[in-house]
Amino acid sequence: MKALFYYFIFPGFLFSVVIGLLACWVDRKVTARLQWRVGPPWYQNFVDIIKLLGKEIIFPEGAKITFLLAPFLGVLSLGLVSTILGLNIIYPGQGFLGDLIVVLYLMTIPAIAMIIGASASANPLASVGASREMKLVLAYELPFLLSVITIILRSGGSIQLGNILAHQVSFGSNIISFSGAIAFIVAILCIQAKLGFAPFDISEAEQEIMAGTLIEYSGLPLAIFKLIKALLLYTLPIFLITLFWAKDLSPLFLIGKFIAILVIIILIKNTNPRVRIDQAVRFFWGKLTLVALIGLILAILGL
Amino acid sequence: MNIKLKALTKSLWVFHAAASPCNNCDIEILDVLTPRHDVERFGITLAGSVRHADVLLVTGVPNYKSKGILKRLYEQAPKPCLVIAIGSCACGRIMFRESYNSPCPVDEVIPVDAYVPGCPPKPEAIIAGVVKLIEKVKHTTSKV
Ligand code: SF4
Repeated sequence: MKALFYYFIFPGFLFSVVIGLLACWVDRKVTARLQWRVGPPWYQNFVDIIKLLGKEIIFPEGAKITFLLAPFLGVLSLGLVSTILGLNIIYPGQGFLGDLIVVLYLMTIPAIAMIIGASASANPLASVGASREMKLVLAYELPFLLSVITIILRSGGSIQLGNILAHQVSFGSNIISFSGAIAFIVAILCIQAKLGFAPFDISEAEQEIMAGTLIEYSGLPLAIFKLIKALLLYTLPIFLITLFWAKDLSPLFLIGKFIAILVIIILIKNTNPRVRIDQAVRFFWGKLTLVALIGLILAILGL
Repeated sequence: MNIKLKALTKSLWVFHAAASPCNNCDIEILDVLTPRHDVERFGITLAGSVRHADVLLVTGVPNYKSKGILKRLYEQAPKPCLVIAIGSCACGRIMFRESYNSPCPVDEVIPVDAYVPGCPPKPEAIIAGVVKLIEKVKHTTSKV
């Protein structure tokens, strides 16, 4: 019973959806202000979701049943991520051994759900989007994992979120050190790609492949994909805070840090044009992996 | 008015369906979406795929080629889907009425909910048209 409450209400699904949709509004509002506009009201994303729930669900000819199942796969896994992260922050030391690994795996599932759904939709543009998404996943996972390994090394080889948090409480945030700061920069750029924000919104590219992976979705499944976006916008900054910046996690500091990371992501999104997929892969596997390796070596040296 | 309609009027995602216009109307539509007019304040955004669309903005006079495509686009959009005819061409074919390649006006191909005349209409006129469309949706219940 308690587990269900944790999973569905707080700090799991419902809570993170609400915060995520508000974060999406922050994204749209900051973008609007940067472009010298007023921007939408705070309830805009909620209205969008309600509207999408009321629309017709179109099942394209030639599509497979996985077309409808894929979004649920993504949203369920992200609900679990937000539950694990939230419980670790509220009750430190309650996690299980290896929950960091579980969270890392679960956070790739939305991208995989996107690929499955797009490939099942029998649309050529969606398959272009799916192939780009797949390459992007392969590209950003490497430096992202390297930066996570840096943190694991720094906290004495622990793969438990609770221990990483405890280590930071007693020895100061990871971001203060050299290796931690480098890993943080790498992780922020990888998260940009995980969220599908410019400059790495290649798989959704509105202007060239018309929403790519999402092109055939309408109504309820599209709403669920919007929820996945919102959940990612909540869980990924929280994950970063847990790993890098967790010295003080009292609610006020937590909200401040969350908004700070959000604004960094949005600023990167608004000041960079979209790169091509080959440029993105070269960037992640080349420069960024190199930087992440330097961070790793510094962590091994104990800096 | 039920919650579905209320949400629809507050979050209109428009899809740009150009049925062989002269392109001026399309430029005016893009003007509406620029920061100067900022229609995102009202939840209006441009959708890339017709499956996400709530409103089709139709411009131009359908010819023999684009007529069928326009009909198919309307069928592909998820219902409830509204249609606005933008420009005098889409409203009533103006000087192309007698043309050899103009079989019919837009509203004989798909049902049109609002007409915005002008050649091309100003961005303000287009916004006024959208407002009228929202008023119309508020007063009808048969559309959904
Ligand atoms: S109404 Fe005028 S501006 Fe618009 S498409 Fe027709 S001719 Fe061009």
